[in-house]
Amino acid sequence: MTDTAAPPAGTAVDLEIDRPVENRTKVDLGAVTVVHTRHWWRWAIAAVIVFAVAQFAWSLVTNDRYMWGTFAEYFFSGPVLIGIGYTLSITAVSAVVGFVLGTVIALGRLSKSVLLSSAAWGYIWFFRSVPLVVQIIVWYNLGYLYPTLGLGTPFTTDFWIVEFPTVQLISAFAAAILGLGLHQAAYSAEIIRGGLISVDQGQSEAAAALGIAAARRLFRIILPQAMRSIVPNATNEVIGLVKGASVVFVIAIPELFYAVQVIYNRNSRVIPLLLVAVVWYTIITTILSVAQFYIERHFARGSVRTLPPTPIQRARRWASVQWARLGDDAPPSGRADAALAAAGKDAR
Amino acid sequence: MTTVVAETATRGLVEIHNVHKSYGGVEVLSGIDLTVRPGEVVALLGPSGSGKSTLLRTINHLESVDRGSVTVDGELIGYELRGEKLHELHEREILRRRTQVGIVFQNFNLFPHLTALENITEAPIALKRLSKDDARELALGLLDRVGLADKADAYPRQLSGGQQQRVAIARALALKPKVLLFDEPTSALDPELVGEVLDVIRDLAQLGTTLIIVTHEIGFAREVADRVVFLDGGVIVEQGLPAEVLTAPRHPRTQEFLAKVLD
Repeated sequence: MTDTAAPPAGTAVDLEIDRPVENRTKVDLGAVTVVHTRHWWRWAIAAVIVFAVAQFAWSLVTNDRYMWGTFAEYFFSGPVLIGIGYTLSITAVSAVVGFVLGTVIALGRLSKSVLLSSAAWGYIWFFRSVPLVVQIIVWYNLGYLYPTLGLGTPFTTDFWIVEFPTVQLISAFAAAILGLGLHQAAYSAEIIRGGLISVDQGQSEAAAALGIAAARRLFRIILPQAMRSIVPNATNEVIGLVKGASVVFVIAIPELFYAVQVIYNRNSRVIPLLLVAVVWYTIITTILSVAQFYIERHFARGSVRTLPPTPIQRARRWASVQWARLGDDAPPSGRADAALAAAGKDAR
Repeated sequence: MTTVVAETATRGLVEIHNVHKSYGGVEVLSGIDLTVRPGEVVALLGPSGSGKSTLLRTINHLESVDRGSVTVDGELIGYELRGEKLHELHEREILRRRTQVGIVFQNFNLFPHLTALENITEAPIALKRLSKDDARELALGLLDRVGLADKADAYPRQLSGGQQQRVAIARALALKPKVLLFDEPTSALDPELVGEVLDVIRDLAQLGTTLIIVTHEIGFAREVADRVVFLDGGVIVEQGLPAEVLTAPRHPRTQEFLAKVLD
């Protein structure tokens, strides 16, 4: 009752001052419904996109040069499945090597010791400079440069305590892991360092003031917060690694891409076999992307007031909103008073 | 009298001797001497850049000193006296000694990925002082004491500034420090939230913990502090009872500062 500035709800307000008094209708401002702006351009662009995608999908089905029969024949074939095994294992092992070593190098870069930080900088500089293919070839052919590896007297070549032929030590698989892992470590180090320095200095200070030791400070306080910015970039790197692993064809490891190449070189059906590889890569990427979403969600704890919904929750909500809307849109152009009456009923 | 001294002498006596500190050639602290008795509440006042926050941070060795020393109950924080020289201690030992001195920051610095409860239990668990269950019990008690018993499972960003600062105080208390430092604890708060934090500090003052508070809240300093210390240009310009220093400052710099702040 103290509010005198705004008219109390339910009072009729004159909205049509420019019309003759006898034609005006009274609108109850407390009971009107809100109509959201329609974005016609969004609908138009969306329609074009839907058309283009549908056209492409239609061509996939009707254009028999895609040879889907051949695709089906090789999709689950032995060499392809073995190739996937190689691709996944090379990716997994080199990602672990890359991120563990990368963490160490990132910490080195952030060290107060000039020696450590320069050494880490030097590592990153070197391994980002050398092309990955060159590295893999060199690791595989290390026996050419150093026929034996072992422990001996420094800076001599003739006295060894233990000694092994290089070829025995470094298999093709080991060369692939070394090449990809060491290469990845340089990139991971920068991603991890970026994440660590994005966390407010006050966090480390507060933990130190509470007497929490450096290692726990890093793993319990700083890193979980840094993961927010590390995870998207790290997933990029891992997905890149899945496909990047195909460079190991230079040392004849029969991973996925090498496997389909061997097959289409034999039967000349290039497109369907490339599609086999593409679909498998898509499946792997999809799984990694879904994993990324949930990992990010995990590390988002506390950084937002309420966590964003998962796609499943979102879909459910969207469906219920659309369902409700169907009811609202039912009278498209009824008489004004009828619509108002309906709106008034909704409001109550 | 001697018995009183004996009882309290091990509870947070802070002695600062001739502390000097420079950043890149600029001297921030130019020879500070200050003794804070066990259970005393000292308010550090001074214009920004006067060195009061830096002085506070030397007490728990978040800042190292260039010359001089800081002791808590006679124990050097961060250093060890060998012969004529102070040697900086190793991290592990610094951390142990530092836990005698708690600090509450201007920006709270709560761990945002941990709940209010986990923020408090983290240090006692990390230092293996308490089991998880005991730490939880302690934390719930402390949250109750700062009036936030119902916020144990809230993340810091779900709390108001005043609530966050109260959690930060509870976190500092979890290690049962002999001395508690406050670095402008209410400066980042909305005016209507200042009171709830000051209430908690007032309670602590009555319980007999040694408190050293850097603050701009002159009224609060007058009410709670046993002594007011005024810093300017890295030296202590004036100190004494709040009633004396705040109502009848003798030094012109103190007069000038108070005239501005009390406006």
